[in-house]
Amino acid sequence: MKKTLLSAAIGAAVLGFASAASAATLDNVKSKGFVQCGVNTGLAGFAAPDSAGNWTGFDVDYCKAVAAAIFGDATKVKYTPTTAQSRFTALQSGEVDLLARNTTWTISRDTALGLNFRYVNYYDGQGFMVPKSLNVKSALELSGAAVCVQSGTTTELNLADYFKANNLQYNPVVFEKLEEVNAAYQAGRCDVYTTDQSGLYAIRLGLSNPDEHVILPEIISKEPLGPAVRQGDDQWFDIVMWAGYALVQAEEFGITQANVDEMKNSTNPDIRRFLGVEKDTKIGTDLGLTNEWAYNIVKGVGNYAEVFERNIGQNTPLKIERGLNALWTKGGLQYAPPIR
Amino acid sequence: MNPKNLAYIRTEMLGPEPAPLSTKTISGWIRANLLATPKDTALTVIAAALLLWTVPGMLEWLFFDAVWSGSDRSVCTTIVQGGIQPDGWKGACWAFVGDRFQQFMFGRYPLDERWRPMLVAILFVALLVPMLIPKVPRKGLNALLFFVVFPIVAFFLLHGNIFGLREVETPLWGGLMVTLILSFVGIAVSLPVGILLALGRRSNMPVIRIFCVGFIEIIRGVPLISVLFMANVMLPLFLPTGWTIDNFLRALVGVAIFASAYMAEVIRGGLQAIPKGQSEGADSLGLSYWQKMRLIILPQAVKLVIPGIVNTFIGLFKDTSLVSIIGMFDLLGIVRLNFTDTTWITPVTPITGLIFAGFIFWLFCFGMSRYSAFMERHLDTSHTR
Repeated sequence: MKKTLLSAAIGAAVLGFASAASAATLDNVKSKGFVQCGVNTGLAGFAAPDSAGNWTGFDVDYCKAVAAAIFGDATKVKYTPTTAQSRFTALQSGEVDLLARNTTWTISRDTALGLNFRYVNYYDGQGFMVPKSLNVKSALELSGAAVCVQSGTTTELNLADYFKANNLQYNPVVFEKLEEVNAAYQAGRCDVYTTDQSGLYAIRLGLSNPDEHVILPEIISKEPLGPAVRQGDDQWFDIVMWAGYALVQAEEFGITQANVDEMKNSTNPDIRRFLGVEKDTKIGTDLGLTNEWAYNIVKGVGNYAEVFERNIGQNTPLKIERGLNALWTKGGLQYAPPIR
Repeated sequence: MNPKNLAYIRTEMLGPEPAPLSTKTISGWIRANLLATPKDTALTVIAAALLLWTVPGMLEWLFFDAVWSGSDRSVCTTIVQGGIQPDGWKGACWAFVGDRFQQFMFGRYPLDERWRPMLVAILFVALLVPMLIPKVPRKGLNALLFFVVFPIVAFFLLHGNIFGLREVETPLWGGLMVTLILSFVGIAVSLPVGILLALGRRSNMPVIRIFCVGFIEIIRGVPLISVLFMANVMLPLFLPTGWTIDNFLRALVGVAIFASAYMAEVIRGGLQAIPKGQSEGADSLGLSYWQKMRLIILPQAVKLVIPGIVNTFIGLFKDTSLVSIIGMFDLLGIVRLNFTDTTWITPVTPITGLIFAGFIFWLFCFGMSRYSAFMERHLDTSHTR
């Protein structure tokens, strides 16, 4: 009896505190004066320190966009590096205001974990890398191959599913640590390396002969990565998600960090509304922000294309193609609902 | 018959002969130590071959072919990899360590505030060195400054938000600085707490004994990594919203209680080695419990277990790198974090960074170990002949 009472009390305490974390986040953030953003503890191109120790990267720029929307100042962010295990607790307990940490949007995370997703900032998926010398053009030609894969990840399961579904044979070469998988592939112990495609680019960069390896076009799993917030605060959820859509919309309009001030004089009413210069615009104030919110985002970090190219695109060592992350008008999936 | 007149009896001692050549010259030494028997000869040849096989390559990789300066990955990559080195080049990328050295030392501490950790480091050395040299007087005052005043001053200097110093939150701390703070606090807390726990465990008072036994056994029965995980992942769920306990503080407390439990058992080993007569003698002199412990038992017991104590310290120093799994960046964590920076991703960056981190850890551990050996000799009064 005592035990049941105790566990009930603990359960109630956990639930009570978890739901109490949903008080108006925007007010809280405004009074703190900064956004507390949960990022990765280090992922090439997405969150990594520069030589001065400042966080930079694709996910980091996303945190900056939210700060710019709220404060008009993209530097008002504090970062909490979170591990794969601690990231959800950090968000649920209110330690961070939002999580921009290459987190896959799944239904169980959306429901059981009490998180909210909507905007996807990077469409990722599991891919394959092979040496060019194998002359393989598609993953369907990989029958009988030895595949290097990290154990205990969904990657391993996806791999098994894919090969089974396509009736192909393969020999998994399984390692526990990423470094070991890299070393095994480098040493030629396997013909194929599989992990999330965005990760394959960084791994290729660390090989002794990166030009002799190609990343195959097939993606065998869906990994939509996006920012997440706690359930129960719709206003905050709207701000975080629309900050992302504003980046995409700015690219659609052709508004860049450099021309955003000129664009304020545009005659296009859509653009004028977006930048908050059209009379009687209430988009920003309805969000709980100022009407310059989108202008501030673009001024602070640029549009989606600029963020992409700066951190992981063709001019960076990673050289990731836009692929699925191109605008919907260019054959990709990046699509912003109308901002009006 | 006078034996003195007999010609076959020597009347003077012979002068000392020079040592035989075989023990004096280098070739003699080599013959005696390396080539004494066929088995020795074979072993020597094998060892020499091994050294010849590994050392030149290692030296070449570490020094002669290494890159010493540069500002991005191009200096440490071959042309095929997008750099400037000739094809087939292999060598350490010390340019990476040089470029990120400040970060390895201070983590992401703001650039213009880095004089503060520097100042703390200078204070630390200035107080530690006289503490370690037995001849320097005023140990009591020194200890008071080192263990009480210094941590307070260091905290306010590093954290700021007082006397007009800018606040620097602990998530920005990192690198060797965090490793040293964690180990300093762990060491400074674990020794006194460990002694108290060890005494408590041998106490006759049941409540104290049960508490001490329970504390020691529970903490020792759990891996440090799970204590850190609990503190990092579970603890926030039990706290009311807005009540976040600093991540760094959580790690500090975790490391300190962990080290204390281990230290208690090391000290208890020393206490058990002291013969009962010492205790009875102290009692017969009318000393109180604390006088007896302070003056008779502990000085002998602690001296006996110096190797064990230092062993715990060294283990603790290396265990601090576990905090990187809870999203804090100690020396090893910050080195590994920098592997993910696209400016420096090369095939040789990771191994160079890890060698550097390993060397720094070794430097500190070796220093502690040598000092403890010196201390053992210095305090050794009876146990060897």
